[in-house]
Amino acid sequence: MKALKTLGYILALPVLLVLAWWASTLGAVNFFVPTPATLAAKFGEVWFGPRFFSDVLPSIGRLLVGVVAAIVIGVVGGVLIGSVRWLRALLEPTLEFFRAIPPPVLVPVLILLMGITDGMKVAVIISGCVWPVLLNTIEGVRAVDGVLSDSAHTYGIDGWARVRYLVLPSASPQIMAGVRQSLSLGLILMVISEMFASSSGLGFTIVQFQRSFAIPEMWSGIVVLGLLGVAMSFIFQWAERNILRWYHGQKEVENAA
Amino acid sequence: MQPDTTASPSGKPAAMLSVRRLKKVYQTDGGDVEAVRNLTFDLRAGELACLVGPSGSGKTTLLKCISGLMAPTEGEVLLDGKRVSGPPKKMAVVFQEYGRSLFPWMRVRENVDLPLKNQGVPKGERDRLVDDALEAVGLSHVPRSYPWQLSGGMQQRVAIARAIAYQPEVLLMDEPFAAVDAQTRADLEDLIRTVWKKLGITVLFVTHDIDESVYLGERVIILSSSPTVVQEDIVIDLPEQRDQLNTRALPRFTELRHHVYEQIQIAKKGHRPASAGADVA
Repeated sequence: MKALKTLGYILALPVLLVLAWWASTLGAVNFFVPTPATLAAKFGEVWFGPRFFSDVLPSIGRLLVGVVAAIVIGVVGGVLIGSVRWLRALLEPTLEFFRAIPPPVLVPVLILLMGITDGMKVAVIISGCVWPVLLNTIEGVRAVDGVLSDSAHTYGIDGWARVRYLVLPSASPQIMAGVRQSLSLGLILMVISEMFASSSGLGFTIVQFQRSFAIPEMWSGIVVLGLLGVAMSFIFQWAERNILRWYHGQKEVENAA
Repeated sequence: MQPDTTASPSGKPAAMLSVRRLKKVYQTDGGDVEAVRNLTFDLRAGELACLVGPSGSGKTTLLKCISGLMAPTEGEVLLDGKRVSGPPKKMAVVFQEYGRSLFPWMRVRENVDLPLKNQGVPKGERDRLVDDALEAVGLSHVPRSYPWQLSGGMQQRVAIARAIAYQPEVLLMDEPFAAVDAQTRADLEDLIRTVWKKLGITVLFVTHDIDESVYLGERVIILSSSPTVVQEDIVIDLPEQRDQLNTRALPRFTELRHHVYEQIQIAKKGHRPASAGADVA
């Protein structure tokens, strides 16, 4: 019963939107706006075929590799920079410079350097996704509570044990906030990296459809991207609930007090 | 030379903890602040001493120096004859801020277990130590809870259990009960006496509460106001078996309490003993 209710809340607005869309496309026939039925038909036709393996899966694969690599680089770098004062003083101004560069402008540069490869596309995703994780991790590591840090120190919890049992868990709320931003950035960069000089992938296919006036097909590609975003968001929320159970619980107790 | 301290609780007057001419000056933007001027005292093995002083008398600074979290400007701290330069293995510290000294992402049991796990104590022995420690503080029933699900007093019990399980020879406590309610505080005071007697460890208990220092300690060290020296060092000659009602009703308790109170008042006015003043030129 509770699950049904939750499902109802999740689906209510999408159903309404589709209904509104259906109603508005009833009479008029606009070439650029397909009816829900056409789109649904095209959706199945286009994406549940060989394209799923030749375009969708490779895109998701590159997205995953890029985002995971960005998270690992961001967390490792963030822990180092956040813990070592001179390193932070040395790197922070430079990091601001690199962070300010919009990743899409790197695409042509990376194409020249790496060629039109999967590696290039993954590099574009990393170059954008690493920043929210890195900067949030630095902040999280710096904000480790002094008393907690003293406690750990008096019990001889130093070095790697300190990182594992104190620094990482303590910074995890900020790290997760960074990861959340990285996921949405990653999806955008995945598409952009495939729009230039590519021969496969979701971004490439959508642009291809657009250029050949396959309008319903193009729209169906956009729907795939949206669904991908929703799926990522659900996975993220599930992971966050598990990793930060203590954090949300503690907040609840504090708010109740 | 390393005396086997675990085997000889039988009143050998060797100092377990020595604070020698300790001085701590903080360098701040507004100039140097002398928090502790010249502190010297010894704790014998198995002693339970309370350290009281007016607020701002550098109690926390002293404790940080003793626990190796902070280096003194001058002087030294010796634990079992060895100079303290970092947090020693034989020492455990219980902080006032219980809410900020336990790991909120770990359950009660994991919190108590972590220092042992980190020392590489075998699993079986760890389980036994953790069980015993939780039993000793009366928390065997909540091992799976998170600290923030417990009341303040219970959280401080967890911190004490963690300290006990670590098997220290010296237990430092920095105003551990300042933030818990009065009834819980009375229970926790008795808990400390019980644990101390049972384990035979050396306890240095820092507090700003005069009654608490007299009730708990075998000895009370009174600090002057900052810059701090030892104002007076008195023996608490109350019966060893203490309880909240009867001990506090003893005439001797009242006398001692008065005495400590007066000394603190004198300390607050900035008076310091002549002997300590002579050390500073």
